[in-house]
Amino acid sequence: MNALPWTIYVSFAGALLALAAGQRSASAARVVGLLTALTGLGLALGAAADFTPAAGLQTLVNAPWIPELGVRYHLAADGISLTLVVLTGLAATAGVLFSWNIGERTGEFFALYFALIGGVYGVFLSADAFAFFVFYEIAIVPKYFLIANWGSTNREYGAMKLVLYSFAGSALVLAGLLWAHGAAGGDSFALADLAAAAPNFTRFEQLGMFALLFTGFAVLAGMFPFHTWAPTGHVAAPTAASMLLAGVVMKLGAYGCLRVAMVTFPAGLAYFAPVIAWLAIIGILYAGFVALVQDDFKFVIGYSSVSHMGFVLLGLAAANATAVAGAVLQMFSHGVIAGLLFAVVGRMVYERTHTRKMDDLRALPLHRLLPFAAVVFVLAGLASMGLPGFSGFPAELTILIGTWKTSPLWALVAASGVLVAAAFTLRAIQVSFFGQNETAKDAPDHHYEPITWPEKAGAVLLLAATVYVGLNPDALLRWITPALESPLLRAALNGGAP
Amino acid sequence: MNSLPLLSLLVFTPWLGALVLALLPRLGGGPARTLALLFSLSTLALGAVALGSFDPAAPGLQFVEKRAWIAALGVSYHLGLDGLNLVLVLLTGLVAPAALFGTIGSVTRPALYGALFLVLQGAALGVFLFLDFFPWFVCWELSLVPAFFLLKLWGGPGAARAAYQFVIYTIGGSAFMLLGFAALYAAAGTFDFVQLAALAREGALAGKLAALGGVWPQVIFYGVLLGLAVKVPLWPFHTWLPPAYAEAPTGASMFLTGVMSKMGVYGFLRILWPLFPADLQTAAPWLLWLALGGVVLGAYAALRQTDLKRMVAYSSVNHLSYCLLALFAVSSCGSELARDASVAALSGTILQMFNHGLSAAALFYCVGILESRSGGRRGLGDFGGVRTAAPVFAGFCGIAMFSSLGLPGLNGFVGEFLIFRGVFGLQPVLAAVATLGLLATALFLLTFWQRVFHGPAAGAGVGFRDLGAGETATLLPLLVLMFVLGLMPQLLIRLFNPLVASWAAHLSP
Amino acid sequence: MSLSYAELFRALLPEAALTIGALAVLTADLTVGRRQDLSARYRTAVSIGLLSVLAAAYGTLAAGNTGEAFGGVLILDMLTLGTRLGVLVLAGLTLALLPGVSRIRHPAEYVAVVLFASCGFTLMGASNQLLVAFLAIELASLSLYILAGLDKSSPASAEAGLKYYLVGGMSAAFLLFGFSLLYGLTGSLELPQIAFQLSLQGMTALLMIALTMILVAFGFKAAAAPFHLWAPDVYEGAPPASAALIASASKLAGFVIFLRLLWPGLGFSAGRVTDLPVIVGWLPVVALLVLASLLVGNLGALAQSNVRRLLGYSAIAHAGSLLLGMIGAGHSGPGPVFYYAATYGLATVGAFGVVALVDRAGRCQQLTDLAGLRTRSPLLAGTLAVFVLSLAGFPPLAGFFGKFAVYASVLKVGGVGGPAGWLTLAAIALSAVALYYYLIILKQALVAPAKESAREVIPVPLPATLSLLAAASLILVFGLFPSTILRIFG
Repeated sequence: MNALPWTIYVSFAGALLALAAGQRSASAARVVGLLTALTGLGLALGAAADFTPAAGLQTLVNAPWIPELGVRYHLAADGISLTLVVLTGLAATAGVLFSWNIGERTGEFFALYFALIGGVYGVFLSADAFAFFVFYEIAIVPKYFLIANWGSTNREYGAMKLVLYSFAGSALVLAGLLWAHGAAGGDSFALADLAAAAPNFTRFEQLGMFALLFTGFAVLAGMFPFHTWAPTGHVAAPTAASMLLAGVVMKLGAYGCLRVAMVTFPAGLAYFAPVIAWLAIIGILYAGFVALVQDDFKFVIGYSSVSHMGFVLLGLAAANATAVAGAVLQMFSHGVIAGLLFAVVGRMVYERTHTRKMDDLRALPLHRLLPFAAVVFVLAGLASMGLPGFSGFPAELTILIGTWKTSPLWALVAASGVLVAAAFTLRAIQVSFFGQNETAKDAPDHHYEPITWPEKAGAVLLLAATVYVGLNPDALLRWITPALESPLLRAALNGGAP
Repeated sequence: MNSLPLLSLLVFTPWLGALVLALLPRLGGGPARTLALLFSLSTLALGAVALGSFDPAAPGLQFVEKRAWIAALGVSYHLGLDGLNLVLVLLTGLVAPAALFGTIGSVTRPALYGALFLVLQGAALGVFLFLDFFPWFVCWELSLVPAFFLLKLWGGPGAARAAYQFVIYTIGGSAFMLLGFAALYAAAGTFDFVQLAALAREGALAGKLAALGGVWPQVIFYGVLLGLAVKVPLWPFHTWLPPAYAEAPTGASMFLTGVMSKMGVYGFLRILWPLFPADLQTAAPWLLWLALGGVVLGAYAALRQTDLKRMVAYSSVNHLSYCLLALFAVSSCGSELARDASVAALSGTILQMFNHGLSAAALFYCVGILESRSGGRRGLGDFGGVRTAAPVFAGFCGIAMFSSLGLPGLNGFVGEFLIFRGVFGLQPVLAAVATLGLLATALFLLTFWQRVFHGPAAGAGVGFRDLGAGETATLLPLLVLMFVLGLMPQLLIRLFNPLVASWAAHLSP
Repeated sequence: MSLSYAELFRALLPEAALTIGALAVLTADLTVGRRQDLSARYRTAVSIGLLSVLAAAYGTLAAGNTGEAFGGVLILDMLTLGTRLGVLVLAGLTLALLPGVSRIRHPAEYVAVVLFASCGFTLMGASNQLLVAFLAIELASLSLYILAGLDKSSPASAEAGLKYYLVGGMSAAFLLFGFSLLYGLTGSLELPQIAFQLSLQGMTALLMIALTMILVAFGFKAAAAPFHLWAPDVYEGAPPASAALIASASKLAGFVIFLRLLWPGLGFSAGRVTDLPVIVGWLPVVALLVLASLLVGNLGALAQSNVRRLLGYSAIAHAGSLLLGMIGAGHSGPGPVFYYAATYGLATVGAFGVVALVDRAGRCQQLTDLAGLRTRSPLLAGTLAVFVLSLAGFPPLAGFFGKFAVYASVLKVGGVGGPAGWLTLAAIALSAVALYYYLIILKQALVAPAKESAREVIPVPLPATLSLLAAASLILVFGLFPSTILRIFG
């Protein structure tokens, strides 16, 4: 367990090493990158192996940092953090594998990539609000350069929009945190201390702080109507960055909603839950319908990410143990599945066919030309639809159960989201890979380079993860459920009552 | 036999076969076909083993396997066999190999075809055998995937749209079924069908659901109903079926109509009725009219088709609606007085499931033969006088048709007779209207017979080659069974008679 | 009231070192430098300058933390120590950038004026009396006017110098008038005495006028809106190294001296702006300055296409944030404001240093002149990224913590219940706007490909390299471990 902070340090070290290695050769940088990612994943899984689920956070590091402000370098983890750290490890490794073909400025690419990953690990492990915020912000700048330098469609615009939205969201969070810190007396930034002091604030303060914090984090989580950065940004980003952005970075927002906003201000949650739930539901349905009419393949997936994150936010808004457990499970599941989808669309298809327009793809019998990609995409698409057997199903089921307990109406409307997801995913699969069936005339003869081994390895890794969790969700739920019984979380889920 | 996990073997062996075939995609046609067929026949073999050790008189489930699976959701890995699903397992064991054997010889990429078919077979078996919602739903949804691809990759020109519609409709229905079960779990704390049924019998389930207040208990009922209704299909949720069955390749059509459609009816019997008897009773009046609509309108629609495959497809709607008609009639009357009628209706339903599976599969196969011999045409007017050119084929097809029609002496008669007898005792008016369906069925089947087989040789009927050895081998077992079960239906009835009797006994006054 | 000249000399060791250094530079150039060429003269001048800066630093440490000196005219506390060291570091970094950078043909005069300016800044850090404060401010300001206009080959530089001089002169008049009113009201020049007297008198109209005058002057010096009009032009026209010094050290020293003046000197007339209702005093005026500066600075910067003007407008915005820190300084002490100003200085010196080096290799006025910096000089691009991101306020760089500490100190006092809290929220919101224009700079430098006309590698002399790396490292270190600075203030 105590090795977990090393995921952060290893990532930052790896960033610097990759930069240096990149001066020598691109393949040196790739090797450094892969080793760094695997080390992070290994550390995460190792910690998972000897993790004893317990209620509450288990402290990893707690050192004084800025005594003048009451800031401590305090890292801690519970089952929820662990789940997300494992997800980050998986996504990072897969991302490196799917970036194996980047030949230009490879060292810089991986340096920025691992700076982002390091920040993400840090967020999931922070128990002090200052440290949380610092890591959260560290993750923002590399995104800009990753997209602007190595991205595709409209990359400078997409990068700027994404970063400005993220920064705006974190500005809201900063405002909320500083306000809370000041109101709590200004001598500590520990999340636990803020939560302990919160019940003594005035009702206006509690609601206001919650609103600022939750909205700020929800921007990054892609909640309607602050979600517009997501499709543009994800489409503009290079494949590995899209995988990370949709797979992990959006989860930073949801995690912040849970760990900071909801836990610290249960009264705020109780008050705003219906608003959040309805915005989440609108997000699920609206994004789903928009995905249904997209012409660019990657946009379909971008919007599908917004739709799936809507389920996460709905689970959080339902605010009972089952729903939140489902939300965390969905965070993991969608992280893996989104990674897979972007990998297929971006790396396997786009970099070979150089088109993402559905109309163009329809004319190519891709299921014959890229059979491996077709199979992987079908499986990923099924997983994304929530087909049982993949991780999305237990997640959505748990969220529906939990949401039903709070409000059957929300659950009913959300269930139709499942249908919309099936529709747009199926359309995407159908049009792009199976545009021509067996009996159609041959399309112009295309020869695409075969799927390389890093792509296969990455795909297998992610598929294995989603199938494993789909058939054995206990693997994650046995970490998540005890974590929800900590006093803080229990208070949050009971609307403030201990 | 306790040590052998027979039911798990039943479900997983076809999947194992699919895996083997998937890992060997370049396998030549011959070995691929043999492998696929062997794995498919495993169901029949294991089903026969189960049949041998099955004791119909014993109450409750046999060959039960139950293990905890997902602690956090209270899900268990729970399989069990009783008269109802034994019959369906045997049906699958007969139809699936027949469909596979009859068609795999003539498709491109036989390894992939076989693999998809086996996945579908395993999924169907899973639906029939799993008794906990989570694994049951996995199989329920999983069955859509190979069906989709079988349609898309080997189907006709309109297959894309048909497949899409098929999947979306079914998922649409099952999304709400999912919600219903999520709510059930939230109220009752279990996903296990047996436990839920027990709770329902004691009246506890209704109490827990009533605690939700408002319209929500009904929402749960209708959610589950919707999911099942789309699958059967119940009119008016049937519009996906004719295009799907018509565009699908022959083997897939056989399986879809023979086995997959029974998944829906099974769901009604295993889930909806035991868990929501009161809600079903309340809804029965208008559900009966929907079933009736399927019976009558399905048959009349079949009458107006010129595409032979669509004709058989609509006839499936008609035949399956009989099953639902019987069930709804039984649930609408809860009184002791109707005990005999209920037993008859329910026995008829189960028999009809089996018999229709056989006859519809056989009919689709025959239409498939017509289509392949004629170079792709399957219109009513494309043939003529096939009887003279291919007497054996005409004979086999005729038997299948008359079985579907319900001629006494063939298996189809017994099921329909029992259903009508039961429904007449429970809802006489509706039974009377349903006979219109019988009339229409007779009309279109005879039209089919007359136009295609009789008269002067015309169109593709000229020089029609008679059945080959493989084709005969495919049809013969089915036809033999049609005769055997027509003359000795008790071979099947004895398997589920005690079960049906216990159902009828539990009908609340 | 001891008037020991030994004590005075000890207290003013840094100033002495700097003055002697300036004279030495001039002498060396007039003698030895006659025979040398321009770059050698630069090297000589800068070396002597750096030596004197080091000596001044030593002198600062030697002067120690002894409290009031020379009859209360000077004060030597931790804030003085910090300010002097900070100013000297910034001056040293600026000097190290000079060799080979500047087009100015008067190296010795340049260095000498820089040293004089530094002398003024260090004295500003130590003054505890109105006259000394005024003298120090004027010494520094006059030096800066010269520095702004010293590039005789550029009309823009002359314009900048003139504008700066005129505006600065006017602000000096305001300041002196305000000071004289204060003297008239309280009868004393020393800050502690003034504080005591004002506490007895309370707020009067005359006091209000005095405060307004002083704040106007302060606003001019700090480039706060609506007294900011000189800043963009001066930053654009002055030689980049001069702009570096103007932007960095003068802000640091200026804020420190005004901090001392306002808190605790005029503390009793502060008023209240952290809660409602607002109490009249100089705090509400400062609050208005904050609002104006934030808006003008951030929104103005959005429209800029000239990188130096953009940095000028960003300086206005930062002045706004620093002024916001002044509001919280009454409660939290000088730590946050000092930290912010010092690290802002580091980032600005660095940014202008990069601009200077690029300018030397070609031209660096428009944003597009920075295009492709990544390929032209990875060092410059990398350090520019550090500096700009620090200005934007990204962790783990020092600029982030500066803003954080300032906002925290303000919100700690009254939460969002009063105008101060709302201003903080506005500042946070506008920092998101600011990110846009900072990223535009980095987009040019790190993403855009180099222009056809400007492709060659930019040579960076060793001292400049060291200077930039030192600034960047300090920004990173102070950002990760802010306590190193904050500890000074307890």
